[in-house]
Amino acid sequence: MPIMLSVNGRSRELDVDAETPLLWVLREDLGLTGTKYGCGIAQCGACTVHVDGEPMRSCSVPVSAVAGRKVTTIEGVSSRAAKAVQKAWVELDVVQCGYCQSGQIMSATALLEKKPRPTDTDIDHAMAGNLCRCATYHRIRAAIHAAAATLA
Amino acid sequence: MHVFRHLDTAASERLATRLAASAPAAHDAPALTRRALLQAAGGLVVAIGWGSHDDAYAALPGPAGIEGAATGPLAPNAFVRVGTDGIATIVCKHHEMGQGNTTGLASLLADELDADWSLVRTEYAPSDPKRYANLLFGTLQGTGGSTAIANSYLQYRQAGATARAMLVAAAADAWQVPASEIRTSKSVLSHASGKSAGYGAMAEAASRVKLATEPVLKTRDQFVYIGKDKATPRVDSPSKCNGSAVYTIDVKLPGLLTAVIAWPPSFGAKLLSFDASDAKKIKGVTDVVQVPEGVAVVATGTWAALQGRRALIAQWDESSSRSLDSDQLLASYKAQATQPGKPFAKPTQGPAPAAKTVEAVYEFPFLAHASMEPMNCVAWLHDGMLETWSGHQFPTFDHQFAAKAAGLPIDKVTLHTLVSGGSFGRRANCWSDFTVAAVHVAKAIDGRAPVRLQYTREDDTGAGLYRPMYVHSVKASIDDVGRVADWKHVVVGQSIMAGTVMEPMMVKDGVDPTSVEGVSPSVYALPMLQGELHSPVLAVRPLWWRSVGNTHTAFVMETMMDELAIAAGKDPLAFRLALLDKTPRAAAVLRLAADKAGWSTPRGGVAQGLAVHESFGSFVAQVADVSMTNGKVKVERVVCAVDCGVAVNPDVIRAQMEGCIGFALGALYYGEIDIKNGRAAQRNFDTYRSLRIHEMPKIEVHIVSSDSAPTGVGEPGVPPLAPAVVNAIARLGGPRVRRLPLARTGLVLT
Repeated sequence: MPIMLSVNGRSRELDVDAETPLLWVLREDLGLTGTKYGCGIAQCGACTVHVDGEPMRSCSVPVSAVAGRKVTTIEGVSSRAAKAVQKAWVELDVVQCGYCQSGQIMSATALLEKKPRPTDTDIDHAMAGNLCRCATYHRIRAAIHAAAATLA
Repeated sequence: MHVFRHLDTAASERLATRLAASAPAAHDAPALTRRALLQAAGGLVVAIGWGSHDDAYAALPGPAGIEGAATGPLAPNAFVRVGTDGIATIVCKHHEMGQGNTTGLASLLADELDADWSLVRTEYAPSDPKRYANLLFGTLQGTGGSTAIANSYLQYRQAGATARAMLVAAAADAWQVPASEIRTSKSVLSHASGKSAGYGAMAEAASRVKLATEPVLKTRDQFVYIGKDKATPRVDSPSKCNGSAVYTIDVKLPGLLTAVIAWPPSFGAKLLSFDASDAKKIKGVTDVVQVPEGVAVVATGTWAALQGRRALIAQWDESSSRSLDSDQLLASYKAQATQPGKPFAKPTQGPAPAAKTVEAVYEFPFLAHASMEPMNCVAWLHDGMLETWSGHQFPTFDHQFAAKAAGLPIDKVTLHTLVSGGSFGRRANCWSDFTVAAVHVAKAIDGRAPVRLQYTREDDTGAGLYRPMYVHSVKASIDDVGRVADWKHVVVGQSIMAGTVMEPMMVKDGVDPTSVEGVSPSVYALPMLQGELHSPVLAVRPLWWRSVGNTHTAFVMETMMDELAIAAGKDPLAFRLALLDKTPRAAAVLRLAADKAGWSTPRGGVAQGLAVHESFGSFVAQVADVSMTNGKVKVERVVCAVDCGVAVNPDVIRAQMEGCIGFALGALYYGEIDIKNGRAAQRNFDTYRSLRIHEMPKIEVHIVSSDSAPTGVGEPGVPPLAPAVVNAIARLGGPRVRRLPLARTGLVLT
């Protein structure tokens, strides 16, 4: 039975196995490859997307669980907070290999949408699920604060 | 891979010849270019390169130096083209895995070209060692050993200077003025008479110029980008912040299939038989085929491939592969450390009478690289050719081995090198494991479609190619005035080079220099040091891991220095400086780090530990501020001083030091692959843990101003971190740590 969901503001009807993780549907059925596979068990956060505005690990969410809900990926994120985060990320040259950064940006955006002036502890809580093997954490923290400053 | 220093040109040519000989003879037909190939394939669109800029991109700051290609009539060499639109396209011969070398190479060339940074584009070079060899690797094209900027520094500047000189000559001819009177800046040529022209307008005429002499390179005071902080922002930032950067996992090709392999369940297990009937029932599974690596399950998508692999029934012969066990190995290594080994350092001065002696045994675990993007490669056999897409870190090896695996002449094989989601050494190896495996799968499905071989995280972590387990045993003494009197040092651990095509060039008299670099040679004057090496051979393959031998040698040298300083009743900083007379750059970074950190005795529950190390020609010192609460360690701050010669991109250097510190701290806290029953016990990030943001210390990086030739920064920030932290733990009154990781000794929360 086809599954209906909204992705980046567009409604999509998909004929896929209901158990397929959202990650693979986004990447392989919808061609939205900005969301990355890193671990498959919700440990690294590289696959983070927003579902109804909440950050979720798309590798561990069956596509059927998001039927009828609004999914936003790195390709479609466009809120004021998201733009501030992306701008700060580029201005501070946060990225190294870059593979985890879509997920980092999605988590940081979700944080700023809830808490426009996060403390370091808020950042720890919101971002601890996003691994970066290049360890760009120092700049991720600085960029979140920089983005927050532009949102004030 | 400092190792390549030991690799002489003649030897590397022999290697290239050997590799070429192992591939089928070249065919007479000329190789098709990628463009021609795509046209031949019916104008299909291959989704590599850099996607269109979407809304998110438009929100980003100015697209300074973004990636992308331009054509140009002015193409004076293999490294730059200038188009009639004024765009300068710089061809990067090194693999970008996060270390920022794309930006670095572009900065070098753009500086001498006097190009406007907003008109600079970059692209990655094809596999062609004649044009794109790493000049420190002889005839090999490859990235590693923190050599990208070091080997390219003059080459890329010369390439830019040549293009500039041709533009100047064309303008001089057009304006009938002496070339010496023409100025260049930001891609514009100008003359005092008021004449001016953009590079684009002069590119056509410049392409016809024949230069009589080599252009003179700039002096340091003339640089506009080199050494100028933040003058050249990272070229790959925008695409990596909006999801448009294309990694191997993102390659789109018509009919692309995905393969996962049922790998041997233990190192060295052999496939006996398999039953694919259930696997083939999974919707989307197209093929289940045997390959030399195991059994490949091929499907229309990743999820189907994984479901298919789960349903596959395979029998393995593990009769001789289940005995490998980390604990037993450790015991055996410790026993070997008491036996004479192959000498790697012979004393040039006899021991002095010892007043105090420190004896210590150090234990280092296997470590996986665990790059964020698990290994993968796309292979497509079609029309008598092979194309691959991957993070080809050593294109020359990957090219030769892919050709051999495909049974094709080398000129029928085209590599497309993409940015990769990290490597830390994993993507560079001398047998091209994942590239070859992808080719095997492509062959097994008769080239019916392009296929991406994808490792899962579990496949990647369990695949071996680890930083080997090592044991060091050291007995060192000080004399009655606190000078080093004697130093006996035994190292036990796998040789990274043994059994590879590098062995004949690298291993001399049974000693692999990558096993002992950092002990011998080291920055210290230790003429009494006597070193011996044991190099056991195991079923699990070893590989270099960010900073190679220095990952363990720096730990031993720098913690032993503290132990000896304490035994001598001396300050660890002063004790080291007394041994650094002949390495003033090491002494200088150590002084700088100590000075900036406010080097002191423990106070307020915080202790400082320091360490200094040279690797890959760069000198790095770090001071770690460490606190302990309820017996658990917290690294509060790390102050880092680095001397890497001319600092080409200061902000990239800072970023690499920050990243090296976090990478090394994660390994110090948690990094361990424990082998039980012949397989890795840790398979994913839940058990193979990595540093997370709340554990990242504050970091300060200080870069020494230097006129020396540039050296690398991708690895040298790693070695000093662990000993600096462990020295601080001891100064806090904690235990003297000699076994890694700290999780083993309960010093971190697990």
